Amino acid sequence: MQADIYKENGFFLDEWQLLEDEQALPTEPGRFLVSLERFVAAPEAFASLPEIAILVRAGDDVTVLAPHLDRFTMVAIEFAAFSDGRGYSSARLLRQRLCYHGELRAVGDVLLDQIPLMRRCGFDAFKVVHEPTRRALETGHLAEVPLYLQPAARPDEQPAGARAWARSPAGLAR
Amino acid sequence: MYRYDEFDESFVSSRVAQFRDQVRRRLSGDLTEDQFKPLRLMNGVYLQLHAYMLRVAIPYGTLNARQMRKLAEVARTYDRGYGHFTTRQNIQFNWPRLQDVPDILAELAEVEMHAIQTSGNCIRNVTADHFAGAAADEVADPRPYAEILRQWSSLHPEFSFLPRKFKIAVTGAAHDRAAVQVHDIGLQLMRDEAGAIGFTVFVGGGLGRTPMVARKVRDFLPETDLLAYTEAILRVYNRYGRRDNKYKARVKILMHETGLETLRADIEREFQEVRSGVLDLPKAEVDRISAYFAPPPFVPEQAGEADAFARALASDPALATFAERNLAPHKAPGYASLTISLKPIGEAPGDASAEQMELVADLAETFGHDEIRVSHEQNLVLPHVRKADVPEIFRRLRGAGLAEANAGLITDIIACPGMDYCALATARSIPVAQRISERFAASGRQREIGDLKVKISGCINACGHHHVGHIGILGVEKKGEEYYQITLGGSGDENTSIGQIVGRGFSYDGIVDAVETVVDTYLGLRQSPQEDFLAAYRRVGDTPFKEALYGTA
Ligand code: SF4
Repeated sequence: MQADIYKENGFFLDEWQLLEDEQALPTEPGRFLVSLERFVAAPEAFASLPEIAILVRAGDDVTVLAPHLDRFTMVAIEFAAFSDGRGYSSARLLRQRLCYHGELRAVGDVLLDQIPLMRRCGFDAFKVVHEPTRRALETGHLAEVPLYLQPAARPDEQPAGARAWARSPAGLAR
Repeated sequence: MYRYDEFDESFVSSRVAQFRDQVRRRLSGDLTEDQFKPLRLMNGVYLQLHAYMLRVAIPYGTLNARQMRKLAEVARTYDRGYGHFTTRQNIQFNWPRLQDVPDILAELAEVEMHAIQTSGNCIRNVTADHFAGAAADEVADPRPYAEILRQWSSLHPEFSFLPRKFKIAVTGAAHDRAAVQVHDIGLQLMRDEAGAIGFTVFVGGGLGRTPMVARKVRDFLPETDLLAYTEAILRVYNRYGRRDNKYKARVKILMHETGLETLRADIEREFQEVRSGVLDLPKAEVDRISAYFAPPPFVPEQAGEADAFARALASDPALATFAERNLAPHKAPGYASLTISLKPIGEAPGDASAEQMELVADLAETFGHDEIRVSHEQNLVLPHVRKADVPEIFRRLRGAGLAEANAGLITDIIACPGMDYCALATARSIPVAQRISERFAASGRQREIGDLKVKISGCINACGHHHVGHIGILGVEKKGEEYYQITLGGSGDENTSIGQIVGRGFSYDGIVDAVETVVDTYLGLRQSPQEDFLAAYRRVGDTPFKEALYGTA
């Protein structure tokens, strides 16, 4: 299996296994990714599974996860198409409104030019299956405008000068 | 006007570098056309009928002489010697090559210009009243707020892949010259009883195939909440706007399907979560940005100046006609805002040659405190000129074919590019504008008709704003032929209304006669020359016009 989960410091193996909505609950131990829809329909059904993560699809309302977020160390937000921007709002709501601190992973149609925007909305992991994107990331090419004109979901961004919202990326003080 | 600091400079040049890299990856095949398309659109690059088109941002339509000269240079070097000013106060170049676009953008960056968010499903270039900072009837200058919104929305990480494009317009005067009620968000500057600035907020306006007038969601939004409230609107739209059908994806459809009360409640709920946080607009930031838009040092009116101007008008009828139509009241005594019509009789509306752009730049420098505006009516404006200088300005404009005295008249037509350039067009629009313009060219006749806005679109997407034309013309295709539908009674001001279709369409040959019939009908029924077309239409309705056009009511 190829290590296809891109994070700040490289590519990692995907340790989560997708549990399809129609699939029976597994009896053997493991780390399972469950859709938000299935989980919120019957949260108690998952009591026997110590490690689950949530898959948020476009159109899902992430705020329904509020009472359960302690249970998850990973939430994946799916981009069915890169041009569907709902996942960016879901990410900011999870990070900023629900104060979720676990891994926030972008999955689906994840491409190089969207990754910098996703990071600013709070994503810190990306499942990358698009070959040119992978190649670019491996060479450290992030294709970003590293100056920002509005606050977003990363508290570690640095103010860039005295202007109200001018910022630069974490660790890149100007 | 706004000046870049070091941060803005680096920001824009980084954006150029990013786009250069995106073009490189497209040409190498790393990006498919489907993947590249939203990226190029977000930087103003369209694929048109014959070539790529580059749309350069002119934020809230304000630019200086140096920038105008650069646009002329780009027109000459990379295009065919002209540019096209648009209804969104931007400029389009119709013939650049894709591989040249990064170089063009780098040149534009030298004069603090860019093409960021002039297209795509993102927050577009913010527009404002073209007389901002000059108009006699202004509550406050809308441009500082337009600039604050422009900055906040630039490369916004959450709102770059919205369901559809998103347009914001700001007006600072009660008489709305920015058509705010046909925008996704329209902001009308107000003062409360204590004199504090705030905004009446409209949401859900738009033209296109389903024209809708925006609904008021807030009577008075305090200045400090501007960005928090805007973010709340955008988040609600991004989450709940339709994505299954691009013709139903604008916020106007969300407004229509959700209903005003529910949508307003959704926005307010989101706003309660966002407000009083990092997006609160600090007074110091408003003051800092406003300082860029401080009025120029106006020259006090000299004794006798007004009389001399009156004498000049009396001795030159052409000048008098020009002054009557193309000068607008200014807040400083002795000053006026001067409209340079880009609608010479028989020409394509909104086009300007490189030489014409350079002349306008010279005039702005010599007589106009180095300020130029682009109006959404596709004209240029020198917002601050002394009336005493108008005779000389007029003389020089006349030498360049730019002295048409038709601002606001029937030949001051808005027309989209239509079949001549646009890949989506179903009919020609520029030639129709040219023919109407020729038909009504006689100066006396136009002035007798008075204020009349004619707007023409070459397809149902309505880029020519025909829905808000007093007379709107929509070109459609039927069995391989062009047909033109007439709508009457549209208006894009503080009393916005969508024009009503008057009846079956007219052929390409017949449309000009039909417009003339409408105009003659109006002339026959108006109560006085002071009752303009729109007022008369609103009084009598469409029956007399139907009778005249079709012989039946
Ligand atoms: S209205 Fe239609 S023809 Fe005209 S510019 Fe828009 S899309 Fe093209």
